[in-house]
Amino acid sequence: MTSELATRPSGDSAVLSGRAEGRQPLWRSLARWEAGLVVVLIGVLIWATIKSPTFTDPSTLFYLGVNTGYIAIMALPMTLVVMTGEIDLSVASMLGLAGSTVGYLWHHGWDIWAAFAVALAVGVVGGALNGLLVARFGLPSIAVTIGTLTMFRGLAEVLLGSLTIPSLGDRQFPESLTNIGVNSIPGAQLSWSMVFFVVLAVIFGVVLHVTPLGRAMVAIGLQPEAAQFAGIRVNRMKFWLFVLSGFISAFAGILVTLQQASVSYNVGTGLELNVVAIVLFGGVSIFGGRGTIFGVVLSVAIVGSLQMALVQLNVSADKQNIVTGVLLLISVIVPNGAEALRRARDYLRRRTRPRPL
Amino acid sequence: MTAIAERRATSGAVLTILRAREIGLVLLIALVVIVTTLHNPHFVDSNSIEQLLSGAALIALLGVGETLVVVTRNVDLSVGSVLGLSAYVVGHLFKYDHIPVWSGFVIGTLVGVAAGVLNGFIVTVMRVPSLVVTLGMLYVIRGIDGVIVNGERIDPEFIPSSFTAVGYKTLFGIPWLAIIVAAVVAVAGYAMRSFRASRDLYAIGSNPAAAALAGIPIQRRVFTAFVISGALAGLAGALFLALHTQIDNSGGIGYELAVIAAVVVGGVAIFGGSGTVVGAALGALLLNTINQALVASRISAFWNQAIAGALLLAAIAFDRWLSLRVTKTLQSAEGAHRDI
Repeated sequence: MTSELATRPSGDSAVLSGRAEGRQPLWRSLARWEAGLVVVLIGVLIWATIKSPTFTDPSTLFYLGVNTGYIAIMALPMTLVVMTGEIDLSVASMLGLAGSTVGYLWHHGWDIWAAFAVALAVGVVGGALNGLLVARFGLPSIAVTIGTLTMFRGLAEVLLGSLTIPSLGDRQFPESLTNIGVNSIPGAQLSWSMVFFVVLAVIFGVVLHVTPLGRAMVAIGLQPEAAQFAGIRVNRMKFWLFVLSGFISAFAGILVTLQQASVSYNVGTGLELNVVAIVLFGGVSIFGGRGTIFGVVLSVAIVGSLQMALVQLNVSADKQNIVTGVLLLISVIVPNGAEALRRARDYLRRRTRPRPL
Repeated sequence: MTAIAERRATSGAVLTILRAREIGLVLLIALVVIVTTLHNPHFVDSNSIEQLLSGAALIALLGVGETLVVVTRNVDLSVGSVLGLSAYVVGHLFKYDHIPVWSGFVIGTLVGVAAGVLNGFIVTVMRVPSLVVTLGMLYVIRGIDGVIVNGERIDPEFIPSSFTAVGYKTLFGIPWLAIIVAAVVAVAGYAMRSFRASRDLYAIGSNPAAAALAGIPIQRRVFTAFVISGALAGLAGALFLALHTQIDNSGGIGYELAVIAAVVVGGVAIFGGSGTVVGAALGALLLNTINQALVASRISAFWNQAIAGALLLAAIAFDRWLSLRVTKTLQSAEGAHRDI
């Protein structure tokens, strides 16, 4: 028990320093983080507007939504999962499995809405499998979800093999639905996937920051044992968050299938790390208990608009990778930078100072 | 009374065997090979055994470095990108600068060392969680790789044949590649058992606070673990080039998760403190054997990934069950007064 406390200095100090005092610096540091993201976002927008003449076109916003919306949607449940100190690396594979399920059933003559329903059910079952292994059997989520990452993608491959649906002789997906990849919603330059993201972000934000449910998630992330003693059903909460993550990822799989008007088993391969990067860049602590939905929304806006600008400027995908990685590194190094400098100074001082006897 | 004690003793013995993860893995590999051979006798001809070993060798080599890092409660997600960068750099130097063959391995390793130093520096000096650092580095290094590659591909005719010989020549039917990796595993395995610095890694992973109080230089040890992981990933890059004889910007994509899978199947606890490099290497061999077995059993190749994933889950769950049983045995009457 003591070791557990000692290895989690953040939770420890919050507990020891009392409620009111413990919370104040936390809020201040969070405010700083989101304020920093706002500054970065403004900087990116100004830079992009100057550099790329087409950046201010209304269509930019639409394509930003098409390119980023479905990834951003998966970042929301991921935020909650990371908030409780776990991680779900199977999201992109679930996206692929759900898309492949829709494709498979469509190929076999099913109604599109029935296919959607089955795909969402697959998401729930897959998420429940993750949740069961993590919450019920107490297995480490990073290992479990690497396993289900492989398995879900494998099942998608079993369903579709090397087919791309619609394949030769298939019906096309209904045009009224695939239009979400071509047309924006009436009256604004927002893509449907972006609208879904915004609506979900509001819901997730309210749940996480205003309701007792959300406070419970934060508590679990800060101190699982204390949360348990405080009467929070830690395992049940984790289970349902994994189910939610599977469900939303399946929904994202349906969206991307419709946007592209086609699906193959490998859709979205490797996106799990993009989703994690967005969440962490948004200021959510990988150890749980820290972070806001607002930060994740800002992170989506920054990453999305930066990517649009780089594409418009014909910057290669490789350099975009570098930018993504450097952003992520800076986002964690900067807050720790001052602390690291202080440690370095102390260290040097200790070195030069004669040893006390 | 005696019957109970006896039963306990036997169950204790069974547990001891199961706990020696390496034995269990070897038995599993043997089982897979035997069952597959009954279906398809060609599975054990020399050609496919070569494939079996070569295919597992690179992941096993990365697994050694990953074990060192994971044992300290950290993780290195950048190994796949480091492998890709190192392989391309070596190939590029062969094509344009005609460097001597031996320096290919040295330069590959040095590329990895550079990446490892950067990872280790950010993790230990900046005190940033390694998952975040190495995830960022995964992107940065892959991006740098892409910029250097610039759409080019180094074709086999530019790679010296004495270099690629490592990939295809064999000694008594065992590929040189596998021999090199086995040597690294043996050295690392001995070091992890017997050297003080490497025992420190286990102490750090078991209980960081206690390790600090015991005077273990935690940051220095963790830094070293990252540097070694980087170095081995760099060496694996050179070997990747020798095996595949050509390289573009896609070398090693997705390897990071395959390596972690092998390490976990090999019995290394993802939260640090226990596991061996031999186990990790056998984990890589088992996963590759299963893949090859599925191919040889003429099960549709589409099933490979799904089954591999299910097996991975089974391995993790089995581990958990085992550790619960072991704890129970230790807590039982005879264990109580034993010095644990």
